[in-house]
Amino acid sequence: MQPVALAVVLLVLASVAYYLGRGRSLRVANGSPRVLHSLPTYYGFYTALWCGIPALLLFAAWIFFEPTIVTKLVLAELPREMRELPEARLDLLVNDIRNVLQGTVTARGADPDVSAAAARYRHLQGLSDAALAVLVLSLAVGGGAYALRGIRADLRARNRVEAVIRAFLIASSTIAIFTTVGIVLSVLFEAIRFFQKVSVTEFLFGLHWSPQVAIRADQVGGSGAFGAVPLFTGTLLISGIAMAVAVPIGLMSAIYLSEYASRGFRTVAKPVLEVLAGIPTVVYGFFAALVVAPLIRDTGTAIGLDVSSESALAAGLVMGIMIIPFVSSLADDVINAVPQALRDGSYGIGATQSETIRQVVIPAALPGIVGGVLLAVSRAIGETMIVVMAAGLAANLTMNPLEAVTTVTVQIVTVLVGDQEFDSAKTLSAFALGLVLFVLTLVLNIIALHMVRKYREQYE
Amino acid sequence: MNSSVSGAQAERADRARAIDTVRAGLARRYARERRFRFLGLLAVVTSFVFVGLLFISIIATGYQAIWQTRIRLMVNLDPEVIDPEGKRDPAALSAADYGGLIKSALFEMFPEVTARTDKRALTDLVSSGAAYEVRQRVIEDPKLIGTKEAVWVTANDTVDMLMKGHAERNAEGGAAGLQAKQVAWIDEMIRTGRIEKRFNSTFFTAGDSREPELSGIWSATVGSFYTLLVTLLLAFPIGVAGAIYLEEFAPKGRWTDLIEVNINNLAAVPSIIFGLLGLAVFIGFVGLPRSSPLVGGIVLGLMTLPVIIVASRSALKAVPPSIRDGALGVGASKVQAVFHHVVPLALPGMLTGAIIGMARALGETAPLLMIGMVAFIADTPGGVMDPATGLPVQIYLWADSPERAFMERTSAAIMVLLVFMVLMNSVAIVLRKRFERRW
Repeated sequence: MQPVALAVVLLVLASVAYYLGRGRSLRVANGSPRVLHSLPTYYGFYTALWCGIPALLLFAAWIFFEPTIVTKLVLAELPREMRELPEARLDLLVNDIRNVLQGTVTARGADPDVSAAAARYRHLQGLSDAALAVLVLSLAVGGGAYALRGIRADLRARNRVEAVIRAFLIASSTIAIFTTVGIVLSVLFEAIRFFQKVSVTEFLFGLHWSPQVAIRADQVGGSGAFGAVPLFTGTLLISGIAMAVAVPIGLMSAIYLSEYASRGFRTVAKPVLEVLAGIPTVVYGFFAALVVAPLIRDTGTAIGLDVSSESALAAGLVMGIMIIPFVSSLADDVINAVPQALRDGSYGIGATQSETIRQVVIPAALPGIVGGVLLAVSRAIGETMIVVMAAGLAANLTMNPLEAVTTVTVQIVTVLVGDQEFDSAKTLSAFALGLVLFVLTLVLNIIALHMVRKYREQYE
Repeated sequence: MNSSVSGAQAERADRARAIDTVRAGLARRYARERRFRFLGLLAVVTSFVFVGLLFISIIATGYQAIWQTRIRLMVNLDPEVIDPEGKRDPAALSAADYGGLIKSALFEMFPEVTARTDKRALTDLVSSGAAYEVRQRVIEDPKLIGTKEAVWVTANDTVDMLMKGHAERNAEGGAAGLQAKQVAWIDEMIRTGRIEKRFNSTFFTAGDSREPELSGIWSATVGSFYTLLVTLLLAFPIGVAGAIYLEEFAPKGRWTDLIEVNINNLAAVPSIIFGLLGLAVFIGFVGLPRSSPLVGGIVLGLMTLPVIIVASRSALKAVPPSIRDGALGVGASKVQAVFHHVVPLALPGMLTGAIIGMARALGETAPLLMIGMVAFIADTPGGVMDPATGLPVQIYLWADSPERAFMERTSAAIMVLLVFMVLMNSVAIVLRKRFERRW
């Protein structure tokens, strides 16, 4: 039986169990449901849960482990000389077997051993599917029957159902923690494997980045240098330009919109800023490569400057535009949180509105604004598509915004997109860069969130 | 007594001086006030200009992708070529040499072309996909065989660019990618009305292709749809359940704090890191298929989760405590109070948050690059396990292509993507306006 069909059957069984359970509770109550501990529907749910959950758990575990076990069994039956192949070759062999199974013809598909293995694989899979169906269905029926037999008037069905619901709620809320743990572990493990090949000091302080490892000894340019400093400076340069654009414009927009603008103007202007925030980054990247970069290059040529067509300026400028709404909405929040009494006090001693804003409101809101700016920095550092499309690939160690630089995110993408050689230092370097990126943004986020929260509490 | 009078006078004089200094500075201070105000307005206007520039440049480069140049050929559907055995067997019909028929139709149109290189240049005007279009016509209606049929076939992208005015004609009469004689033939066809810009249905129905004139966004749209489906099925129930727990049940304590800090941090983790997670865990460890919408959907789901949790929590917070108290007062259990009374009231707010999260996930590109949804995939995926790509990834891929015709299609694909996002956000706004209850 196909797994999907099995899942549908399971669902049908669970609904049948619901009606049986409810019906039985009513029979037990002898027509007066008041003697029951819970409402009849709870007895239904109770039965359905007993029918569904154990079967579903078995189902999930089976689906998860089945391919590994079946593959092991198939490999154990292979001729001896094939079994003793090195692991990488064995993986290829398994791939071949799977391809034959799916009907894809490969060069080695004709190999009698492979087709025999494929036939065996198919046989075992069929066997496993049948066993799964029998086990799951009998577990479902058995669980349902057990629950049904246990229904009495004093069975606390509601409490049991609610306990299951609570367990589901708690499990859902912990997914966030599992995600964080997953990120840390996955990035950390691969990064440790990278640092076994390349020393940490070379990675963090080396001045030369050229991840192409030589496959042949006579290959040119395959030095395989993993000094990430040019990437860090490139990231800093582009983020710096972005912040130089976004912070003044975003902050001034927030001040104008919250302190000066009329109601009508605000209702128009805020959605426009939200539009800027909602545009996908790939669109900004295209905009940077299509409009901004040529514009800057042509302007530069006109005034006699030599501008790279993938200049840091273009990427940084567009990234700044992307971050404007982010800065302005955060600043808007904190400025609005400043109590009106502070402003009134300032007006009372004769200050103009701009003096009030500059000398009272902004200093009062400063911790919140700084927190918001830090969040924006973390977003600029982690931004990927704009720099992938508009910044260069060459790891130049420079602070000149007119030259091409590359960033951490660009290198992660270029290393991991396309053909990968597994376990090579080049592929693993992406995870080391990812680790740096994650730690950096995490620290920035924690500081920023802490500042914003502290600030809010101050005026609450 | 005198001294006290003079003291009062001096004080008055001082005060007069103070008011003088205030007055003297007033003009300067008002000027600064106006400057500051102007700077604020300037900042807002700058943002407007950026929005305007962005949309104008994308629409200006993309709007012409709605049309595609097609050439009207009188194709002689020769039974000898298409179906020599006369059995109308579908296999024979689809294997016939339609390219040859198109060539002879072209040579018939320009009988003066005889030299080998000229013939070659002439056939280059028509897209390599034209043969499929004629084949499609014949398979749909085999009665056409033996007649001479007018078929509008797709022109090559260089011809298309010339027709749309994107290829400058140079001094020798040629244009970008076109020789002078080719341009002359095109002019001849324009004169006789045999070449025309028509609605580009290919763009909306085809998958990716190496040839700009044959490429479309349908496969990418379907890929995005499957990806978002997985995202929604994963993130919405888990996000809502997590929010309900944190808002309604969770005891205040270290564990709850830890969860909250985690959620806030996840919301700010760069999207590319989620891509690394997907690559290492779901593809490397669990062994799910690369490039599949399933993995893409899981990764985007984990990314969208914080958005949905935060939105759902504020929706739950907006439900007044009297609702809970009322339910508890008539004897409902805590779970009943929440699921029968609070959640239904908060549901519109939760849905709004989910749709906004989905719209954001639709535009996400970087994590999909990490899990291999950037491969060249021409086929439309048939399920969540098939290799697929997404709309934003398609935009990224086309933006990298050198052909001018791909630039036009990139912009058009961006417009389609933005239309989807606007639609989703409008649904969210309508939902909020319609069902939001103020207490």
